[in-house]
Amino acid sequence: MRFLKLKILTMQKHLFLGVEAIGQGAIDGGMSGVYAYPGTPSTEITEFIQENPIAEERNIHRKWSANEKTALETALGMSYAGKRAMSCMKHVGLNVAADVFVNAAITGVNGGLIVTVADDPSMHSSQNEQDSRFYGKFAMIPILEPSSQQEAYDMAREGFALSELTKVPVMLRITTRLAHSRAGVETKEVLPENELTMPGDPRQFILLPAIARKRYKGLLSSQEMFQKLSEESAFNRYENGTDKSLGIIACGIAYNYLMEHFPGGTCPYPVVKISQYPIPESLIKKLDKECDELLILEEGAPFVEEMLKGFFAKGTPIKGRLDGTLPRDGELNPDLIAKALGKELFKGFDVPEIVANRPPALCAGCGHQDAYAAMNEALADYSKGRVFSDIGCYTLGALPPYETISSCVDMGASITMAKGAADAGLVPSIAMIGDSTFAHSGITGLLDAVNEKSNITVVISDNESVSMTGGQDSSAFGKIESICAGVGVDPAHIHVIVPLKKNHEEMVELFRREFAYDGVSVIIPRRECIQRASSRKRNKK
Amino acid sequence: MKADIILAGVGGQGILSIATALGEAALADGLLIKQAETHGMSQRGGAVYSHMRISDKPISSDLIPGGSADLILSVEPMESLRYLPFLSEKGYLVTNTTPFVNIPNYPDVEKVMTEIRKFPRCIAIDADTIAKEVGSSRASNMVMLGAASPFIDIEFSKIEEGIRRIFARKGEEVVNMNLDALRRGRKFAEENR
Repeated sequence: MRFLKLKILTMQKHLFLGVEAIGQGAIDGGMSGVYAYPGTPSTEITEFIQENPIAEERNIHRKWSANEKTALETALGMSYAGKRAMSCMKHVGLNVAADVFVNAAITGVNGGLIVTVADDPSMHSSQNEQDSRFYGKFAMIPILEPSSQQEAYDMAREGFALSELTKVPVMLRITTRLAHSRAGVETKEVLPENELTMPGDPRQFILLPAIARKRYKGLLSSQEMFQKLSEESAFNRYENGTDKSLGIIACGIAYNYLMEHFPGGTCPYPVVKISQYPIPESLIKKLDKECDELLILEEGAPFVEEMLKGFFAKGTPIKGRLDGTLPRDGELNPDLIAKALGKELFKGFDVPEIVANRPPALCAGCGHQDAYAAMNEALADYSKGRVFSDIGCYTLGALPPYETISSCVDMGASITMAKGAADAGLVPSIAMIGDSTFAHSGITGLLDAVNEKSNITVVISDNESVSMTGGQDSSAFGKIESICAGVGVDPAHIHVIVPLKKNHEEMVELFRREFAYDGVSVIIPRRECIQRASSRKRNKK
Repeated sequence: MKADIILAGVGGQGILSIATALGEAALADGLLIKQAETHGMSQRGGAVYSHMRISDKPISSDLIPGGSADLILSVEPMESLRYLPFLSEKGYLVTNTTPFVNIPNYPDVEKVMTEIRKFPRCIAIDADTIAKEVGSSRASNMVMLGAASPFIDIEFSKIEEGIRRIFARKGEEVVNMNLDALRRGRKFAEENR
């Protein structure tokens, strides 16, 4: 018993969140740079690396990028130069980086490149629940999907070697629960960084059509190797079972939810655990041959299920998210899987009716509140529905008591949607965007508006931080007015104001004046995020 | 040994400090842990929770299955009721009685307390007042951990050790105040269970 306790202690050297395990794994895997833009649930990977002593000692690149596209492109540049790099983002961030992501599969890599994408099924902090595995398949690269924090560590550490072996970027896909759940992780030795080396083929990264065609054929012919690697991967396995009435395929964290119901490995059904893609064909075929029915458990979309079911659904009956055995949307949990297995569990107690919802709210004293209060007053003279907003804390301006905004779609869409509405005749149209979102994807939209002298007012509510994700540095810090002027906004229509109650009347007047101006104007209510200010003061102490 | 605990509160109340103290204690006891947290959008003034699982055997799921939590530990009364579908038939409900009112439709506090007292295995404790008595309202979460400690199968001395380690760098005074808070909470629970 004493020995057992000791063993458990050494195995639990670190109590890591899934995201922290990835950060540590990447460092221990010899990574020379992490490139990312904050986004829940991926943010803490980079934050962990920023505060890690080995990262500091090695001077691993760990500053935030302006957006996911610049992040992944820079990581690809580091890979070109022979070093190992990781780019991290939330699922919708991959939409922003999709151009380089898909093309990087065709250029391939020199130094190992891992693209870590954190999906958010159930949309805890997101506008959709897209499943990044589709992107991985689309780009035709290997995907790793850990079922545990330990696997997250191992995959981040070993993913660089896999990328160098396959010569393409490797996707590391996690979901919210694994990202933000802690468990014991055993770390391994820290590998050395790669030396600076040029690509063996000097034309590898030049995707001119003639070269791209060749490289694409190369990617296609590599698929067989990727398949073989999946089948032999230690992350995938076939677990025998005696009851062949059902075979279960469990992907990523769904494997844990399944095993919760069979403590000590007592699952009676054969199980294929998938944590590396492309899906391991031979294991799936074996399961299909041995079992009467298949149940597919996957966090996110019915990705594997659709592939196996096929259009005519002629083969072995398949249960999962498509036939109603599991819900079509939202994240999985042990209860849903119990139900799918026909297990009856005690359902707990009902929530009394008096329990009220407690939605997130802007913090007391937040500058966005003052901006919205003034904006609402200045808008009172116009018909409703003119404020296009964006992604950030200020999106809460959709809720009472403000109810100011009419849209929240994707990073930067406030400015461009306002322009489109103004083009259609809704003048004035107003964009409400934060400082870091502006830096991320607002600048090019502003250029479009300036070029056409659109009748819009762009409110850049500047709290000098990326606040929604915890107060990271905003890449436009101290540069917003000069960016706007540089893009061509008339300096007479660029205004900075401090959003405080005492400036309310002045702010209302300013909004009124610029809403009435026929052209592009920019109003910058600027006051530091109060959360960031207080944590800055705390750290100073 | 197994303890499945739902920690509940409002974003900003620092429920994770309880998880950290308990995690330290469990590690020192050679136990295994999984603990799922709430990050992101719901943090600011929204309802937050954490699933904390402690066991001497490997833990599969990061989430506690419904109807199987041994304990709901809430630092706010209404929040203690939000997670009742997770509570097992023999589970305990341990909650602070000081409401955190940041919504216009917060229910009548007496009605909330009535719902809480419907559970025979409940401890309702005014942790804020006790924390002030021991020296700082910031120690209220340690009062709550103390009040829950009789229902968690970890040696009390290990929990004390965990608190010592967490607060060590803040000096002996802070350590002792938090230990005091922990013991006061435990005493209350033992006298009122």
